[in-house]
Amino acid sequence: MGEVTLGQYYPTNSILHKLDPRVKFVGTLTYIISLFLIRGVAGWIFVTAVLAGLMFLSRVPFPYLIKSMRPILFILVITVIFNLLLTPGTIVWKFWIFQITKEGIRVAIQMALRLSYLVMGSSLMTLTTTPNALTDAMERLFAFLKVVKVPVHEISMMMSIALRFIPILMEEADKIKKAQMARGADFESGSFIRRMKAMIPLLVPLFVSAFRRANDLAMAMEARCYHGGDNRTQMKPLRYKGRDYVAYLLMAVMLTASILFRIFGKSAI
Amino acid sequence: MLIELKDVSYTYGKDTVYEVNALNHINLGIDEGEFIGIIGHTGSGKSTLIQHLNGLIKPTSGQILFDGSDIWEDGYNLRELRTHVGLVFQYPENQLFETDVITDVMFGPKNKGLSKDQCEERAKEALKQVGIPENFYKVSPFDLSGGQKRRVAMAGVLAMDPQVLILDEPTAGLDPAGRDEILGQIKYLHDKRGITIILVSHSMEDVAVYAKRLLVINDGRIAFDGSPKQVFTHYRELEQMGLAAPQVTYIMHRLHEKGLTVDLTATTVEEARRSILLALSMKKSGGTEEGGGSPWVK
Ligand SMILES: Nc1ncnc2c1ncn2[C@@H]1O[C@H](COP(=O)(O)OP(=O)(O)OP(=O)(O)O)[C@@H](O)[C@H]1O
Ligand SMILES: [Mg+2]
Repeated sequence: MGEVTLGQYYPTNSILHKLDPRVKFVGTLTYIISLFLIRGVAGWIFVTAVLAGLMFLSRVPFPYLIKSMRPILFILVITVIFNLLLTPGTIVWKFWIFQITKEGIRVAIQMALRLSYLVMGSSLMTLTTTPNALTDAMERLFAFLKVVKVPVHEISMMMSIALRFIPILMEEADKIKKAQMARGADFESGSFIRRMKAMIPLLVPLFVSAFRRANDLAMAMEARCYHGGDNRTQMKPLRYKGRDYVAYLLMAVMLTASILFRIFGKSAI
Repeated sequence: MLIELKDVSYTYGKDTVYEVNALNHINLGIDEGEFIGIIGHTGSGKSTLIQHLNGLIKPTSGQILFDGSDIWEDGYNLRELRTHVGLVFQYPENQLFETDVITDVMFGPKNKGLSKDQCEERAKEALKQVGIPENFYKVSPFDLSGGQKRRVAMAGVLAMDPQVLILDEPTAGLDPAGRDEILGQIKYLHDKRGITIILVSHSMEDVAVYAKRLLVINDGRIAFDGSPKQVFTHYRELEQMGLAAPQVTYIMHRLHEKGLTVDLTATTVEEARRSILLALSMKKSGGTEEGGGSPWVK
């Protein structure tokens, strides 16, 4: 169970970690937009350089960055195969009902690159930003939605509480599982139905404890007179520093460059 | 030797950024019929250590032998091991799940593959041993008080009829009466049923009274291993580990400094009382000094 690290935050003291979470959030969006704008070999070289540079700056070990690809590997392979086989155009290779076209190869490569760059780029954000910092950032960035009566603060509060509770509940589940195993429970063997049934001794105490915790938390918030978003101040308010403005500037540069690549790039890839 | 640990180390979150070295090169032998107390400050590795003893945690390196065979050898029956080495977790009341008390206690024996009647018999016996009266058998475990829940949870482990019973802070959060009662029951299980007991505790007073052998864990290592009296003579070192000897030890040392020849190894209040009375009466009969009636002598 120790494998699961939610949000996969990897603590180092890099410049990316120190950036304001809002910058990283907006930056990731800009990066994704750029990914879909660029065209041509030069464009791809450009985003590859950007991604490699950011990876280097993050000081997160390379294996961790690659690990984020694992969940999408299946989707990636499927996408490539479908694009390869189903795109019409000049035929390069043909066998029975299968055919591979020049255009197919081009689209497949493009899709594979886009998907993997997208995942690597966004996991760079989650690797360098704690989930709580991210919710904070989103609360601030979407604050304008309050005008149309969206309960932004409440949503973000719910998100941070949920994020806070996931590791606690996982730890609890681990503990209860061990306690039942100490009483001879068997979670691993048997048919599907048997294994489902074996989960009851784990799930009942887990739910009981989750409700108890939720109750305690509600009580504690009540006791501290918590009442939603208005006029609340934060313990660590987000404040832009010099480096954050520099980052915004660089984002603007990246976006402009991508637009230029779009306009002038040869659509070879 | 019943359980043997050979050079056992354990690291949580191995090969991640969150590595914690919880145990470092532990060597330990536990004989049948022992009553062992384990103390150590918060986070020293006590709970990690005891989970190795029934195969809930696999050591990162080292070997664990039960009755001479390596429990992590291929094909070793860990589930059977767990019926021999019963482990009651910290706050065991959180593991109750059945609709009534007796069914919950029957969970262990049922997993052992016993018949329903046998299970029920075992459960009743176990509940009797922890002092839960019959009229509670059909009550939902969630309707019990904290102390009662804990006893039911203990019964759940006892019902498997283990050879070794490990208890992780069984008295945490109980009132003094409940604490004494639970410890009394543990002592009864040791004395009358010959169960090997391993008791993790934060209370020096408790382990001093009940344990015959005391292990002090510090930073994932065994710092001291000996009888409580031997261990408490190192009370200065214990303090450096964030622990303390029983209060009585301090009183005795102070009295000794003041010139009263008391037994420095006394660990329980009763022993201390006897030793002080003896020292005072000796002093009196020696006639070196005539006080206006010591408050100790009544
Ligand atoms: N599931 C876990 N994942 C990661 N680290 C853990 C886990 N459980 C314990 N640790 C760490 O291992 C070390 C030993 O913990 P352990 O629970 O064995 O201590 P303990 O002596 O039982 O403490 P306490 O008296 O508070 O119960 C601690 O530093 C703790 O933070
Ligand atoms: Mg513990």
